[in-house]
Amino acid sequence: MLQIPCAFCGLRDEIEFVCRGEVAARPADPMTTSDQDWAAYLYERDNPRGWLREYWLHVHGCAQLTLVRRNSLTNEVAT
Amino acid sequence: MTRPKIPFSKRFSAAALLGAGLRGQQHWPRMWRTPSLKKAYQVILIGGGGHGLATAYHLARDHGIRDIAVIEKGWIGGGNTGRNTTVVRSNYYYPGSARFYQRSVELFGKLSDELNYNVMFSQRGILTLAFSPYEYHQMARHVNAMQLNGIDARLLSVAEVRERLPLCDLSPGARFACVGGYEHPPGGTARHDAVAWGYARAADAFGVDIIQRCEVLGLTLREGRCIGVETGNGTISAERIGIAVAGSSTLVAGMAGVHLPVRSQTLQAFVSEPLKPVLDTCVMSGTHHTYVSQSDKGELVIGGDSDSYTSYAQRGSFHAIERTTVGLLEIFPTLSRVRLMRQWGGTVDITPDRSPIIDRTPVPGLYISTGWGTGGFKAIPSGGKSFAHLLARDVSDEYAADFTLGRFAAGTLIDEGAASGVAH
Repeated sequence: MLQIPCAFCGLRDEIEFVCRGEVAARPADPMTTSDQDWAAYLYERDNPRGWLREYWLHVHGCAQLTLVRRNSLTNEVAT
Repeated sequence: MTRPKIPFSKRFSAAALLGAGLRGQQHWPRMWRTPSLKKAYQVILIGGGGHGLATAYHLARDHGIRDIAVIEKGWIGGGNTGRNTTVVRSNYYYPGSARFYQRSVELFGKLSDELNYNVMFSQRGILTLAFSPYEYHQMARHVNAMQLNGIDARLLSVAEVRERLPLCDLSPGARFACVGGYEHPPGGTARHDAVAWGYARAADAFGVDIIQRCEVLGLTLREGRCIGVETGNGTISAERIGIAVAGSSTLVAGMAGVHLPVRSQTLQAFVSEPLKPVLDTCVMSGTHHTYVSQSDKGELVIGGDSDSYTSYAQRGSFHAIERTTVGLLEIFPTLSRVRLMRQWGGTVDITPDRSPIIDRTPVPGLYISTGWGTGGFKAIPSGGKSFAHLLARDVSDEYAADFTLGRFAAGTLIDEGAASGVAH
């Protein structure tokens, strides 16, 4: 099981979290963003084979989002 | 319809089996050639899994295109096609998916005869259980939709479930009391290796070059058009290039600068030690995130939910195994002493709406079939037929018409997440 470092609670088991996926920048003004760019923001991610930055929600803990660097190939988590 | 021209001396039959038996089963012919890579092909298919091979087969059979290379990084039957829970079904909700998967089930029915290869397709039915009134009402709605789409399905009462599943704990005292279910009689299982091998052998008989242990290192672009593939065995060019890889489709498409709405995740499956026949159908439960069938060898083949995060590790979390087996034991407490024998974790491509993508990419000459997620095996015949149509005619057939890459920007998603075999 992965050990996820919560910024608020410290190292906790993966089952306390929900993975919210890769970090993506929200377009500043949705009203002027094209459909293509908005769809890219909603659905397209780098999906890298290696290190990635993602949000984990500590749903069974402090209920805060925390930023985690994790390697998708080796399952290493940067602490 | 042209059948693959497998030479008479290589055809499998009762007479061939008897003849080989008299010679100690020593002289079976090789099922496909090991050709060396040519410099150019009409079509290159990246990925020698079920979808790549079925696409090559249908290009040759339906469209007369036989100058094809299927290039595979590993070996035939060594990827997700050869490691899955082998369930074939068409119990989908939306009309676009329903007709696509229904065609797949129908093609599976004829496959052994067509390929001259026994894929052991067994339409033993699929029984999905409901454990709350809410789930049962959703199920009724789902069954109604399926019936309107012409797919065989029927709602069952608890008494009917009990009749079909004597092994199942249906007592009111169970942790989750079963309130009913539905059956999907055309569903069943097929032998996964045989599907890969059968398609490979039939495609090879049409003259398709199957190149194993050949990794794609890059895609060659000229003036914005994809004109070839750089591989570990040299550079090859082609008029059209199809990507049919599982797990790594974003990486391969990324070589041409194409972004896909696809996430690679781990899906696990496991088999128990072999048992005497205890289960003659496939049983699924959304509440318990588990499904099970019994293979011809007697092993219980068990699957569940995918792991929740992006992963190429081909190794899943233990808690996913625990959750799946706990769910299984809630339904079948009597299996508590059964030992698991093997476990597998594979990388699958999951789209936001859990429906596949069979479409042109923004790069001319480059086509893609991806997003098969947790249920690509059942789609192999239909996916291959549709992708072959797209590669041959440059336009999708009616079955794949909804599975476009542009649906995410257009907002026309085919959200089959809730309609999947287990809730995701």
